Amino acid sequence: MKAKTIAEINEIKANAQKKLYPQEGEIKIFVHMGTCGIASGAMDVFDALKGEVKDNNFKAAKIVTTGCAGICSKEPLITVAVSGQEPVMYEYVDQEKASAIFKQHVMKGQVVKEYALARGMQSEIKQRIENKGRMEGQEIIDDTIPGIEDLPFFRLQEQRVMRNRGLINPNRIDDYIGRDGYQGAIKALSSMSSEELLTVVLDSGLRGRGGAGFPTGLKWKFAAREGTEDKYVLCNADEGDPGAYMDRSVLESDPHSVIEGMIIAAKAIGAHQGYIYCRAEYPLAVDTLNKAIKSARSYGLLGDDILGTGFAFDVAVYEGAGAFVCGEETALMRSIEGLRGNPRPRPPFPAHAGLWEKPTILNNVETLSNIPQIIVNGSEWFASIGTEKSKGTKVFSITGELNNVGCVEVPIGTQLDTIVNEIGGGVCEGKTYKVAQLGGPSGGCIPKQHMDVPLDYETLQEYGSIMGSGGLIVIGDDKSAVDIARFFMEFCKDESCGKCIPGREGTTQMLSILDNICEGKATDDSIDKIEELAKVIQKTALCALGKTSVNPVLSTLRYFRNEYEEAIANN
Amino acid sequence: MTNVAEKLFTDNQLKEVDKLIEEYGFQPGGLIPLLEKVQLLLGYVPESIQKRIADTSGIPANRIYGVVSFYSYFSMEPKARHRIQVCMGTACYVKGGKDIAERIEQQYEIKAGESTEDGRFTYEQTRCFGACGLAPVVVVDGKVYGKVTVDSIDEILSQYK
Repeated sequence: MKAKTIAEINEIKANAQKKLYPQEGEIKIFVHMGTCGIASGAMDVFDALKGEVKDNNFKAAKIVTTGCAGICSKEPLITVAVSGQEPVMYEYVDQEKASAIFKQHVMKGQVVKEYALARGMQSEIKQRIENKGRMEGQEIIDDTIPGIEDLPFFRLQEQRVMRNRGLINPNRIDDYIGRDGYQGAIKALSSMSSEELLTVVLDSGLRGRGGAGFPTGLKWKFAAREGTEDKYVLCNADEGDPGAYMDRSVLESDPHSVIEGMIIAAKAIGAHQGYIYCRAEYPLAVDTLNKAIKSARSYGLLGDDILGTGFAFDVAVYEGAGAFVCGEETALMRSIEGLRGNPRPRPPFPAHAGLWEKPTILNNVETLSNIPQIIVNGSEWFASIGTEKSKGTKVFSITGELNNVGCVEVPIGTQLDTIVNEIGGGVCEGKTYKVAQLGGPSGGCIPKQHMDVPLDYETLQEYGSIMGSGGLIVIGDDKSAVDIARFFMEFCKDESCGKCIPGREGTTQMLSILDNICEGKATDDSIDKIEELAKVIQKTALCALGKTSVNPVLSTLRYFRNEYEEAIANN
Repeated sequence: MTNVAEKLFTDNQLKEVDKLIEEYGFQPGGLIPLLEKVQLLLGYVPESIQKRIADTSGIPANRIYGVVSFYSYFSMEPKARHRIQVCMGTACYVKGGKDIAERIEQQYEIKAGESTEDGRFTYEQTRCFGACGLAPVVVVDGKVYGKVTVDSIDEILSQYK
C-alpha cells in the first residue's frame, strides 16, 4: 500500500469515526476478545454469532471483535448496538445465549433482559452522565436495565489510556485513527520541535507507570541531550509482576496508542529505532502488536519518511524468553542484545549508555500510551486530574477475592476503599478483607485500618507499600501473613538472576527462615534475623528487584507481627 | 557432538536448524530469537544443537549455554506430548492454584519440570499468564482454562491422550 499523507490520514479519520458505531439500518455486535475473554469462551460465542448471521441470512448484522472490555470476571461479554437504539452489553455469554440474543435482540429488536449487564457503551459514559443517562439519537428500549454509568465499576473510572477499549478493533488501524489516533504523532512531527515536546511532557507531570514513578519528561530530556543520532526508544512490555495484566490489556485492545507514543518519544529525543520487549507468555499481545506495526508501516506512519515529514523511525517487537528480572531496565537491554538478562550497576544510566551502549530511553506500555493524548490535549488537560505530585490516571488490575475482577483506570489519588468496595464490588461472599497487595513481589500490603489511603506514589510508600505497575490483589483473611510473605519471597528467590550475592543468597536465606516459621522450626531470634537480613539486602543488592524483594516481608511484619510471633510461639 | 544431534533429529530438521542459524546467527542480538525458533522446531535445545549453533555462527558455546540455562522458556530436555502449565501467580495463589498443582503432582506422580514416564504430560509451574480474572488458571498446550477446581482438572486433562 502507498504511504499516506497527513491529509489522507485526516480523511480516513472522518470516515472511520462514523463507522465505529452502527450506520443507518445496521446492527453491530461487538465481541470482546482479550486473552481472558477468549479463555472464557469468546471464540465460541463469536462462531455462534457468525453462524446465526449465515443461517438466517441476516446481512444487516456486522460482527466486530475488540480487545478486553475490562470486567474480566463477567466474560464472555458482547455488546449489541442497533442503529438509533441504545447499545446493550451482555455478560456471561455462551453459544446458547448468543443464539438467543441474536434471534431476539438482533433480529426482533427485543432486549434479552436476563443476560444484560448494562445499557450504553464505556466510550459514551461521560456524555451519558451529562445527558442524564441517555445519548441523543438513541432510543431506550428497556430502562429497567441499569445504564452503564449507574454501575460503580464503570462510573468511577476515568478512561484515558483505556479510552478505546470495547469499541475499536485492535487489528484495524482505521478504527484507531477514527478515535483521534495518530493525531499526536502528526502534531509532533509536523509542527513541534524536540524542545517543545520535552516541555509538554515535563509540564504534564507524567511519571513512569512501570512502578518507579520517575518523571517521563526528565528521562527523555537526558537522552535528548546526547549528541548522537544513534539512540533507541524501548517499550517495556515485559509485564512480569504476577497478578498484573494492565499492559497486556492495553497491548491487546489498543496497540497503536503505544506505537504512537513511541513515535513521539523518538521525535523528542532524536531516535530512529525502537523495540518493544514483550514477554513470550503474552502470545496474543505479540501477535496484535506485530499486526499493528505492519499496518502502521503500510500507512507510512513508521518508516523512512513518516507522513512525508522527513522523520524516520521504525519499531520491532522483541519476545522475552521468560525471566522476571528482564523487566529491570539494564537487564532488558542485555536481553535484546542476546545475552543473559543480568542487571548492571548504574551509572552509566541508559539515557547515556543503554542498548548497545547507545543513549536509550525505556518507558512502560501505559506511560507511552498516555503520550499521544498529552500532545493532542496539552499538559494542562493531563494535569487536571490526579494529586499535587502525581498527575493523570493509573490503570490497576484488580484481582483476588473480589466480586468484580478486571482492569480499571482511576485518577491517581483514588482511595483504596473506593477501588475495593465500589469498583471491585467488595470482597467475595464468605471471605473477609485482610490486605490488598500492591506492587507485587516488590511491593507491600495495605491492611483494613488503612483502606482510606489515597493511591499515589508518595502516600503508598509511607504505608510501606508502593504504587508498582498496577497489580492490586485482594487477599482474604484465610491466608496467613507469613504464608503471603513466603509466597513472594519464593518468587523472588526463583527469579533472582544470580549475579549479586544479596539477590541470590540473601533471598534464599530469607526464604529458608520463612519456611522454618511456617513449618514450626523457627527459633526465637528468627524475626530479628529476618529484619537484619532485610536491611542488608535493601542496601547491597545490585538492582531494584533485589533491593525491593524484602518489601513483602517487611510490610507483613509491620502490620501482622503478631502472626509471625504466634507462628514461632506455636513451635 | 554432531553425531549426537544426527541421532536425535532427522536430516530435514537439522537442515531447518542450519537455515535458522544462517538467518539469525549472524545478527547482533539474534541469538535469543534463534534459540526460540529452534526450540519451536525441535521442542527443546539440547547441548548437541547448541554446539552446532556455536560451530556455525562462531558464537561461543558457553554463551549459548549461558542463555539457554538462564531463560525459563528454553529446555534442554525433550518435552512430552502435552504441556501442562499451572499458574503460580499471585491471583492464582490466592484462589487456590497450589491445590491444583498438588492434585496433578499426586495424580501423575510428577514434580514441576518433570514429564510423565509414558511421555503424555510435561508439567510446569509458571508465573502469571495475565488472565487473573479467571484464577486459578491452567494452560494445556497453549489453551487457557479458567476457574479450574481440584475436581475439574481431572476432566480437563482426560481430553489430552
